[in-house]
Amino acid sequence: MSLELKNVEKKIGIDTHIYPTNLKLEKNTINVLLGSTLAGKTTLMQIMAGLDKPTSGEIWFNNENVTGMKVQKRNCSMVYQQFINYPNYTVYENIASPLTITGIKTDEIRQRVGKVAELLKLSAMLNKKPDELSGGQQQRTALARALVKDSDLILLDEPLANLDFKLREELREELPKLFEDRDCIVVYATTEPSDALMIGGNTATLLEGRVIQYGKTLEVYNKPENLISAKVFSDPPMNIAEIKKTGDTCKFSDNNVQWKSSAKIKDGTYKIGIRPHNITTYKEGNNSVEIKGKVQISELSGSESLIHFTNGNLNWVSLSNGTQQKNVGEDTKLYMNTDEFLYFDQNNRLVNNG
Amino acid sequence: MNKTINQKAWFFVIPVFVLVAFNAAIPLMTVVNYSFQETFGNNVFAWEGTRWFKQILQSERFHAALGRQIAFTFIILLIQIPLGIGIALTMPKKGWGVPVCLILMSMPLLIPWNVVGAMWNIFALPDIGFLGHSLNAMGFDYNFTQQPGDAWFTTILMDVWHWTSLVVLLAYAGLNSIQPAYYQAAEIDGASRWATFRYIELPKMKKVLTLAILLRFMDSFMIYTEPFVLTGGGPGNTTAFLSIDLVKMALGQFDLGPAAAMSLIYFFIVLLVCWVFYNLMMKNEAQS
Repeated sequence: MSLELKNVEKKIGIDTHIYPTNLKLEKNTINVLLGSTLAGKTTLMQIMAGLDKPTSGEIWFNNENVTGMKVQKRNCSMVYQQFINYPNYTVYENIASPLTITGIKTDEIRQRVGKVAELLKLSAMLNKKPDELSGGQQQRTALARALVKDSDLILLDEPLANLDFKLREELREELPKLFEDRDCIVVYATTEPSDALMIGGNTATLLEGRVIQYGKTLEVYNKPENLISAKVFSDPPMNIAEIKKTGDTCKFSDNNVQWKSSAKIKDGTYKIGIRPHNITTYKEGNNSVEIKGKVQISELSGSESLIHFTNGNLNWVSLSNGTQQKNVGEDTKLYMNTDEFLYFDQNNRLVNNG
Repeated sequence: MNKTINQKAWFFVIPVFVLVAFNAAIPLMTVVNYSFQETFGNNVFAWEGTRWFKQILQSERFHAALGRQIAFTFIILLIQIPLGIGIALTMPKKGWGVPVCLILMSMPLLIPWNVVGAMWNIFALPDIGFLGHSLNAMGFDYNFTQQPGDAWFTTILMDVWHWTSLVVLLAYAGLNSIQPAYYQAAEIDGASRWATFRYIELPKMKKVLTLAILLRFMDSFMIYTEPFVLTGGGPGNTTAFLSIDLVKMALGQFDLGPAAAMSLIYFFIVLLVCWVFYNLMMKNEAQS
């Protein structure tokens, strides 16, 4: 089983929503589409589902061309950001709805609904209507509806975006487990890099209608092919600065911070990408280097501290563990872990990681 | 928590009290006054107790008018609500068609009621009116000024023309508030067009439709101007709905006592139905 997009393009009027895209999703995988809003995640999913036709290009499923085949004929299910359930059906009827249409026997329906409801902790509320449920339970109902059908393709379009923080964390942990023993392809769209890392599987980074990179999630994270992919897969935003390399010494163009690099690349000018968590208030790794700065913003987020500071003309974002209180305007010292630097050439392609 | 006591706030409420007193309470009390007394002109009154109320409630004339009123309201609701939903479903959701449809739909609502009556009167005249003449030319024996059936047909057609738009606009607003994802979900489930309507669109339109039914009920139950101009309640009394009958009694015959009693009974019927509807709507509200 596989789903393959071949040169799929989507235009609406003169606007291109998806530039020609090739993507092959394999059986029993979870695939994350990662990108900001308007990156084309939803459009891509609707094309995969058959809710929308590509302007050009083909969609192949199990070595069969399914371009233009209606969604009813494909065996897929979808969960949306909004909690979509039939408003005057009970939870039970909602979960059963994809099955009742196909004419499966009532006994089997009851059994399958019961199983899925248990999996999603809905057993106690099968007789309630969706609007009597909390947001989390409504979304669980929608998920149950998607799971009950044994679809070949399950599409999840930012399913956690409308949930509050705690519920999101909870459901995010459960999600990959739900799909473990299933014979299907799961596609999960999100704007959050942390979602992708948590869910694992494969990740495709998207920007403005283009798939930038597709591969194993950790690989995409650790070895972004280019600067754009790295930027998409970084939250808070990645720090980018220009450097000059002479011999094994690297130096920022903007200040005097320098370090020894074992990177096997030619001398010259490069761009450096530094993830915020690699700039910290404490030393990390064997090759950390000090940077001075003036604090612009200092905020706590849970057990992490986010410090924005300026050094020369550049703004930097750092993310440290623990609560590191700094005063705005304070001169401070931070440490950059040079082992984790990503080196990009002038064409923004990755030339060395670490 | 300590409440601060400040009676000066009452001053802010006074204008409303005065306004409501002048436009509702005082006129209503005059009617109440009339309904319990016999008037002889020159401000001479004699106490009659509940006599007028009994008389009205037992009068065949009132029963007939009420019956006609209920039948009329029932028929126009039965036509306008499904028709309104139907038109709303076929209206475009985007593009240049939207403003065109909306303007076309609002048009009948903007025409003054007596103009609507006059328009339809001329339109339906059997000898010179376009509708009346055409029907006769097609072989129908149509004359709304003489045949009760034709009078009813014309009145209902006029009301449908005038007010279906309101239902359309409300239903259209209700439909537009449904997120596209609902339709996609139904499509993925393989739901038929009917199932989509029955299980997504109709429940999602429940609130606006309750409102539409309430508005159309009240307006049609109190209808006066249009049938007055169109048929004047005729032929005979066949299209004399409650309001028309009431005005005949009060101003035509100058039976102020019975007319006042009838007004109050009429008022209570409308109030009762509104109360029932209000509770239904609040129940819906509480559910969601």
